[in-house]
Order: sequence, then structure tokens, then C-alpha cells
Amino acid sequence: MANLTVEAIELTRLYGGRAAVSDVTFSLQQGQVLGFLGPNGAGKSTTMKMLTGNLAPSAGSVRICGIDMIENPKEAKALIGYLPEMRPLYKEFTVDEYLTIAARLHKVASKNIKQAVEHAKERCGLTHMSKRLIENLSNGYQQRVGIAQAIIHNPMVVILDEPTVGLDPIQIRDIRALIKEIGQAHSVIVSTHILPEVEMVCDHVQIIDKGKLVFNGGIDVLKQQRVGNKLLVGLRQVPEAAQLAAIEGVVEVEPADDMWRIRFSEGSQPHEAIVQASVQNGWGLYHIAPDQTSLEDVFVQLTYQESAPAMSQAA
Amino acid sequence: MLNIARKELKSMFASPMGWIILALLTFAFGTYYLNGVNNYFEVMSGAIRPAERVGVTQFVGQTVYGLASFIMLFAVPLLSMRLISEERRSQTMPFLFSAPLSISEIVIGKFLGLVVFLSILVAYVAAMLSTLNIWADIDFGYIFANSLGLLLLVSSFAALGLYFSSLTSQPIIAGILSFIALFVLMILDRFFAGDPTSTVLKFSLMRHFQSFGGGLIDTADLAYFALFIIAFLTLTIRRLDADRLRG
Repeated sequence: MANLTVEAIELTRLYGGRAAVSDVTFSLQQGQVLGFLGPNGAGKSTTMKMLTGNLAPSAGSVRICGIDMIENPKEAKALIGYLPEMRPLYKEFTVDEYLTIAARLHKVASKNIKQAVEHAKERCGLTHMSKRLIENLSNGYQQRVGIAQAIIHNPMVVILDEPTVGLDPIQIRDIRALIKEIGQAHSVIVSTHILPEVEMVCDHVQIIDKGKLVFNGGIDVLKQQRVGNKLLVGLRQVPEAAQLAAIEGVVEVEPADDMWRIRFSEGSQPHEAIVQASVQNGWGLYHIAPDQTSLEDVFVQLTYQESAPAMSQAA
Repeated sequence: MLNIARKELKSMFASPMGWIILALLTFAFGTYYLNGVNNYFEVMSGAIRPAERVGVTQFVGQTVYGLASFIMLFAVPLLSMRLISEERRSQTMPFLFSAPLSISEIVIGKFLGLVVFLSILVAYVAAMLSTLNIWADIDFGYIFANSLGLLLLVSSFAALGLYFSSLTSQPIIAGILSFIALFVLMILDRFFAGDPTSTVLKFSLMRHFQSFGGGLIDTADLAYFALFIIAFLTLTIRRLDADRLRG
């Protein structure tokens, strides 16, 4: 556990008695990309603000590469690059001017500033926009400037609050590649609403709901939940459900729209048996595919499971 | 800290606002300077008794510095109102907060940025008055005292303006509030003119500026301005810190 870059210990933040974030504990190692998920108002941004020292936690502590954010804020902040939800851009400056200011504020040595600015522009695809006023850039390009600003001092930890908002699909792909690239050497925390994105770029996922961490683990765990053990089968000559259920390995059969959703027991592979049965009995098989619970469903499940007992408590 | 000051200066010159204010003030000071020189000969030719005669430095200086202190009352709130409230409005505060800077550095940096901008004007006025030296033998001590006084006065304005700017996210409101506050502080001595021993009188910015206007550098006045500036900068730092703690 030598390379812990971010440690959040029992972070709690109260807003007038209401806990926006309560008891959030997690850690991140070098070379990991952490996806931060949660419904609106769950406390994602609040947590990120606390991690970056923009907001003082009511209780708990944050450590960046072992440096305490509350005791040594300057040293800790120097290791972080942060893109808040609302892009902090000075619109009266050109891209070059703005990035130079960002580099200077983050204490990049003055002889390296030019190089740092060029490098950041290159990574975010901004080289041909150097002399443009930020005000006149499109939404997507402004977002890129925001990201460039966060990585300009080559920080150990990059924290991006919804980085792909407002970008076109090609740009999104570029940014995802960029996040992966940064994630190899450093640590990245990304918050997002777009679930497939998490799957693509992150290797760790955290789901936060109502200020509490409801899921924290590798992306594989989430993927497994997602693929599950269901098949979606479409048949032209509809047989009895009992006939389907009789196939070995099948546990449960339920109709779904015009098809059948077949749940099979863990470890068994009834796919071939179903196809064979269909051919023998002339059911007219036209569709067979794993029934993927979408990531959304998993997400809803996880956030719902937690809220159910909370509601009963309230009652 | 200096980086913040640099950033502020740059942003003042990035918009027409900074240039326009500079141009207008330069024009106003220039006109008064010219009028001062013209009037000097008229007035002095009428003044026969030696007691009525004053030096050209003092005569012209009084006109120009009197105007400067008055005009700055309008100009400084216009410039200072943006400093923090604009950052709040365009949500750029996190950019500064997440940089490795303490809040004091941010506040003092912003204050310095504005003071450097204003000292361009102060230096300009001093340089303009020094040109009198081509024709006359002028009193540089007088100009120095006045410039110092003016610089301290506008720095106090800037500190107060910065504080009001940190209270709101609407630059205009910050501007109006700081203008009113400054105006009250300026004319406080008029209100209490009847009672020269009143303590309230001691808070008047104008009263402390006046001794500089006479060419007198008094440590009591220096201390007053220094305390004034420190008080408002501290209030601003505390206000921003409250954002981090409670916001």
C-alpha cells in the first residue's frame, strides 16, 4: 500500500444539520482511474470539493499522497489538478494566456511554463486555438481548456467533475483516451452520469447515494452483475413455458414482450440445449442472446436497495 | 501572491474598462493641471501681500490632488467591484482555491494588483506636476507627501472595495455599496464639523488625507491608513475562509 495517492477518511459534510456527505471512506492507488457515480444531489461534487480543499469537511480528513489537506493545504493542493463542474475559465483571456496563468499559479518553474502550456494544449487538442479568446470558443473547446488547466502542472491526482459534458462523440473519445493515459502514471477521479463511460475508462467504481457510499469496488464486479445469468430467447411458435423450464439448467422462465427471459443456474450453459430443443420441436428460434441488465439497472438497484431501509426507518 | 496580482493587472487591461478609466482620469487630471497653471498667474498677480502668496507647486498641487482624491472615490469602486464578485459569478473561485495558494495570498494578491494599477495614476500625476520644474523651482517634498497620501488613500479605497466585493456575487451591488461606504467615510468630517473634538471625526478618510495635502507626513495618519487597509483585508480573508468552511 505504498502508492496511495488519495485517502479519504470518514469524510462528513453537514449543511445546516443535513448531511450532504456522511462517513465516506475510500482510497486510491497510483495508476487507478476511479469512477464516481450517483444520482443528482447525492454528494458527488461535495465530496470532490472536499478532496480538493475547496470545502472544509465537517469531520474526517483527506490525505493526498500522505499529505493532510487540512494541515498542509498548499503542499496537498500542489499535487492535485481539479476541473470543477462549472468550468473556471477567465473568458477575457486567450487560451495561451489562461493556461500560462494556470501554470504560474500552480508553481510551474518559469522556464518550463511555455513547454507545459504547449504540452497541455497538445494533449487536449487545442494547439490551433492558442490565440483565440476563451469567450469565443465553443462549449466543447471550453471544456477542453478546462481539462488542460487541470493537467498543466502534471499533478499526481487529477479530479474531473463531469469532464465529458457538452462534447461531441469524437471529442468524448479523445478525452476518454486522455483520461486513460493520465490514469496509467497518476490517479484520476472522474464523476459522471454516463454509465457506459465508467465501464470504458475506469477500473474502480464508487456509487454514492444520499451522501453514503453504497458501492465501492472494481469495475469487474459491476460488470459481472451486469451480464448476469439470463438469456433472452425469441420463438415464433410459442411453446408452453413448462417445456422451456424442463430444459436442463433453466431455473425460471418468464415472458418478456414477445420473447422469453430465461434465467439459468450459476455455472450451467443451457444455450445449446435450448437451440436443440427449438430445432427438434420446430419452435422457430429467431433470437437468442444474453440478457444484459443495463448498467442503469444495476445502478438503480444499488441506489434503491439502500434507500428502501432508509424509508422504513423514517416511517 | 505576485502571480495573482499579475493576473488581476492583466485582466484589467484585457477589457476596455481599465483603459477607459485610465484615459478619462488622465484627461481630467491634465485639464485641472492646465487650469491650475493658468489660474496661478491670475491669482498671484492679484495677491499683493506676501502672506497671500503661495508657491506654484502648492497652488497647482492642491487643485490636482484635491480633484484626484474626489475622482478616485468613483474610480476605485468601479475597478474593485469586479475583483471577487466577478469570480463568484463566473464560478472561477475554485480555480484559485484549488491552486496551491493560501486565502491570504489570494486576497493580498488581488489587492496588490489593484494598487499597482492605481499607482500608475499616482505616478502619472506626480510626473505631470514635476514638469513644472522646467519653468520653476518646485518643492519635490510637497509632491512626494501628496503622492504618498494619495497612494495610501486609494489603497484604503481598494481594501474597502475588495471587502464589499467579497460579500456579493453581483459586481454592481459591490460597486454601489463600496461607493456609499467610502462616501460616508470621506464626508464624515463635514457632518461633525461643529464638534472638532468628536471621536467620529478621527475616522474620516479625508481628514487624514488633508495633512498629506499640506505636505506633512504624520505617523498618526500613516498608522490610520495602514490599520484601515489591514482591517479590511483581514475581513476579506475571513469572509472567503467562511466560504470554505460553511459555503
